[in-house]
Amino acid sequence: MADSDCVIVMGSNMAECHPVAFRWPMIAKARGATIIHVDPRFTRTSAMADIYAPLRAGSDIAFLGGLINYVINSPRWNREPFFKTFVTQYTNAATIVSDEYKDAEDLDGVFSGLKPYTEKIKEWPLNGFLGEYDNASWQYAGQDGHAGTGWKASTQQSGEQAATDDKGAAKQGAAKQGAAAQPGAAQPKGSAPPNVPYEALVKGLLKPPSPRDETLANPQCVFQIVKRHFSRYTPEMVERVTGCPRETFLKVAETLLASSGADRTTSIAYAVAWTQHTNGPQVIGCAALLQLLLGNIGRPGAGIMALRGHASIQGSTDIPTLYHSIHGYMSHPSALKKHGTLKDWLAAETSPRGYWANTPKFMVSYLKSMYGAAATPDNDFAYTWHPKIIGDHSHLPMFVAMNEGRVKGMFCIGQNPATSINALVERRGLAKLEWLVVKDNWVTETAAFWSGAPEVKSGQVKVADIKTEVFFFPAAQVAEYDGSFTNTQRMLQWHYKAAEPPGDCRSDLWFTHQLAKRLKKLYAESTAPRDAGFKALTWDFDRDDTIPHEAGEVPPTAGDPDSLKILKEINGYYTDDPAKHVAGFGDLKEDGSTTCASWIYCGVFPAPDQNRSASRRADPPGTAGAQLGWAWAWPANRRIMYNRASADPRGRPWSERKKWVWWDEGQKKWVGLDVPDFATTKPPSARANPEAIGLDGLSGADPFIMKTDGKGWLYVPSGLVDGPLPTHYEPAESPVRNPVYKQQASPVYKYWKRDDNALVQPGDTRFPIVITTYRLTEHYLAGAMSRFNPWLTELQPELFIEMSPELAKEKGIANLDWVRVTTPRASVRAKALVTRRLRPFTIDGRVVHHVGMPWHWGYEGIVTGDVVNELTSLVADPNVSIHEGKAFVCNVEKA
Amino acid sequence: MAEPMGFYTDTTVCIGCKACEVACKEWNQLPATNGGRNTLSGDSYDNTRRLDGIHWRHVKFVEQFDAERRQGRWLMMSDVCKHCVRAGCLEVCPTGAIIRTEFDTVVIQSDVCNGCRDCIGACPFGVIDINPVSGTAQKCTLCYDRMRAGMTPACAQACPTASINFGTIRDLKQKAQARVEQLHGRGERGAYLYGADEKMLGGLNSFYLLVDKPEVYGLPPDPKLPSRNLTPGSLWSALGAVVIGVVGLVSLRGRRDEHV
Repeated sequence: MADSDCVIVMGSNMAECHPVAFRWPMIAKARGATIIHVDPRFTRTSAMADIYAPLRAGSDIAFLGGLINYVINSPRWNREPFFKTFVTQYTNAATIVSDEYKDAEDLDGVFSGLKPYTEKIKEWPLNGFLGEYDNASWQYAGQDGHAGTGWKASTQQSGEQAATDDKGAAKQGAAKQGAAAQPGAAQPKGSAPPNVPYEALVKGLLKPPSPRDETLANPQCVFQIVKRHFSRYTPEMVERVTGCPRETFLKVAETLLASSGADRTTSIAYAVAWTQHTNGPQVIGCAALLQLLLGNIGRPGAGIMALRGHASIQGSTDIPTLYHSIHGYMSHPSALKKHGTLKDWLAAETSPRGYWANTPKFMVSYLKSMYGAAATPDNDFAYTWHPKIIGDHSHLPMFVAMNEGRVKGMFCIGQNPATSINALVERRGLAKLEWLVVKDNWVTETAAFWSGAPEVKSGQVKVADIKTEVFFFPAAQVAEYDGSFTNTQRMLQWHYKAAEPPGDCRSDLWFTHQLAKRLKKLYAESTAPRDAGFKALTWDFDRDDTIPHEAGEVPPTAGDPDSLKILKEINGYYTDDPAKHVAGFGDLKEDGSTTCASWIYCGVFPAPDQNRSASRRADPPGTAGAQLGWAWAWPANRRIMYNRASADPRGRPWSERKKWVWWDEGQKKWVGLDVPDFATTKPPSARANPEAIGLDGLSGADPFIMKTDGKGWLYVPSGLVDGPLPTHYEPAESPVRNPVYKQQASPVYKYWKRDDNALVQPGDTRFPIVITTYRLTEHYLAGAMSRFNPWLTELQPELFIEMSPELAKEKGIANLDWVRVTTPRASVRAKALVTRRLRPFTIDGRVVHHVGMPWHWGYEGIVTGDVVNELTSLVADPNVSIHEGKAFVCNVEKA
Repeated sequence: MAEPMGFYTDTTVCIGCKACEVACKEWNQLPATNGGRNTLSGDSYDNTRRLDGIHWRHVKFVEQFDAERRQGRWLMMSDVCKHCVRAGCLEVCPTGAIIRTEFDTVVIQSDVCNGCRDCIGACPFGVIDINPVSGTAQKCTLCYDRMRAGMTPACAQACPTASINFGTIRDLKQKAQARVEQLHGRGERGAYLYGADEKMLGGLNSFYLLVDKPEVYGLPPDPKLPSRNLTPGSLWSALGAVVIGVVGLVSLRGRRDEHV
């Protein structure tokens, strides 16, 4: 971001919530970049911005859609060859879409294929869909429904669509039969050739490439569809929907366009204020579309920066704590998809073109890491032992299940659900558990839900009626054990134990390791077939001397596992010589000769004495570079992904100012400041071989090597369950009718219907005020790491609600007055902070008030306050099941 | 003496994160207000309110918006002891507890301070107060202990946006002047340095880049030393004595008249 000419922060309060990362936009600003902040509130980020654009929470797609419409119709974008070349060559703009496709333009806000949701999975009816799409009509011309490109996206998670869509499932099956019928495809078990057992299977998945029209004139090409789709997002419409004054919007649009091109780049930073909506992934997709149109992907100072809000949460999606994904962004085996055998899984999850064609190597190496010597070619590498998911097991449905008595016990580590979304429902769920283990730094609201919660203190719920047995384990702090952090730029940085944890405090590593060892012991004598997998599970993390440790470290805590052994397991090694580490994911094999827990991390620990995450070599000050010696970033230490796009189709830098990676004709290879994200010796002129799998199926000018067509996707034929293009929908709760389409909200968002989860209907005058929730610099998340620290609590001691003087006057509220905030779910009290940093918006001709509340408080800690999340509801995006805590409605009265 | 050292605080890049406040407290082990059970001030995001014996760094927040929100800005400034070249506190300290260090900074030695409070009134910036734990007057030491070990003061080390700069006064002045010129070049005509030249108490070894009048940030436009008040002050005392004498004489006369 320091290389950006313009930084747009939207859906994030970067200065407050990511103050350390915010140093990079500030460096860019010092070098002359323009900082733009688009947000409902004037925050500490706005204070640093050159342009502040206010908008109503939940209207981001209208704003971004307006930018897309502005860019496509601007003279400069249509005139400059850079834009045309980038979009035609590097995106799917030219690809022709099926004639069956009907856009939101044609169907007043919905896409073709919408049908009411039918529940098929009776034993776990928690998916919560309102409706669902059959995406067959969204495909490229000449491709059939579900076996088309794009289902690789990790967003289509648990297979709900496939399971509830007989037609699609049948098609998928048919596609596979077709594959098996081809000569050389899918060998019978055990008879595969030893080195490339799955190549034929992958080859069998190939289909002819989709037709393209490089002139972009075909009305069914992606570009024309995109152009039509966004044509109604005019500056006037943007103002009507978002409340952002037209001239401010146009200033943003002009600045963005002027700061993009061959020698200028713009980056966009977002965080959970984009994700936490019933259409969050579509907001991010909208930004991706915009950045692809502007050539702002894969280049220095460009890109879309997902700001991760927790320490190492990037690591916890790479080595996931997500229910739908196994290591390295591979789909979790699912009982709802055709995932019965390893070959089924590979056929369903492998893209024959692009780098994901290597999925068999990653998956087999993963299974070898899971089950070690017990995973053999003869038993499908023990695939059938791997657990399968049976629905949406994400946070909200899990707590609904808990309320229904379907969950016996819970380990709660680094989370505080007692203050989470629709917190009363979450606490009721906790009270239905038989046991609850909380491992945290302090006795949090979750650990004390049975004694400290307001409903317990008020006598509404009696302690004696709560049967949950709660176990509390004090946690060690990060400086009290060895391990790695993966930060927001995918960079792994090793940290060393600096002090002994006090008393019984132990690291999460210690806890997990000790739990696993005890469980292994417990199951050791079991002869039940279902336990065979657990018995075979690799668990060799006791500290010994197989890996050299640096001298001078603080001695490990007794019982802690060897962090380096875990890093080695993640990195991978050779099964016939475990002392030899795999140097990079290019060396992984599908025959079982390599093990690797997470292929994207392969290369971080290429030799026993080379922990590259511990490397701390910075580039000399003042030199242009990618800081390749500072720690290690996945994949393969690349700092900018898809960086082939930083050169033109012929491999030359787009400009001297923005050069990053280029083709060196003399050396016949890609060179530059970064590790090239491309086949190193593949020349720009290389043609795609339609008969070949993997990267050979893509040309030397296709930068997006993880995509099946090598292109950046403006239009998403599959991978998202709520539409191939971003469309403005109102939040599940909104005070206004959707000014853009007849369709009010996303037709397919998830909603869990319960008496304690009532929603406000559009136009309900009892709840006319838009509310958004957020974090402050001074606190962290639900407060477990900050409300117990006096140095932080004195900085922000009390829960408050920010409101404009206009609303305060209307309601007779003075600064610091107690205020009652109400939704159909709950009512909380907070002190008024009346400030002109908030403003009323004029939406579709009428005034809509907007308030904001930080959600850091709870009933434990040095400072306490009401739980703001009691106000929120169980609604979710259908792709990733994230809630909508960023935009809902409430009423506000003087208490 | 080593070369004079100090702070240059560029308020235009302060994001109000208060990392300086926390880093200062952690390094110097200062207590929190009421054990952390503070109350909401209602004054923007400022809940610690001022510099005192337990707040040696303090971030000010100034909201400036017109009613229509056409113009608006939110100024933030991390304030600290100015380490004046001519320091009022040092001048009035009766016990010699306040010293000038080899770095040209001003430090109160807690073990020599008797808590007389003279320095509190003598500081034109309102920096000093009694730390209730020690019972002595305290303020920023510019991390004298860290400086002696060749380290950067805790606040400057923690500042994520280089708003707080630490270094030799000579380097800091150059850097600050360049920044002012850069801002002027970009149309930020209101940017200026506060306390960087010798006219203000011989120069502040902690000086600031501001974009509004000093009063907006709670800073005196023209801070004075207590000794500056000595001559006029003693004149007033003398005059006062004369007046009292005359009034006394007159009233005596009056009383005499009454008796008569």
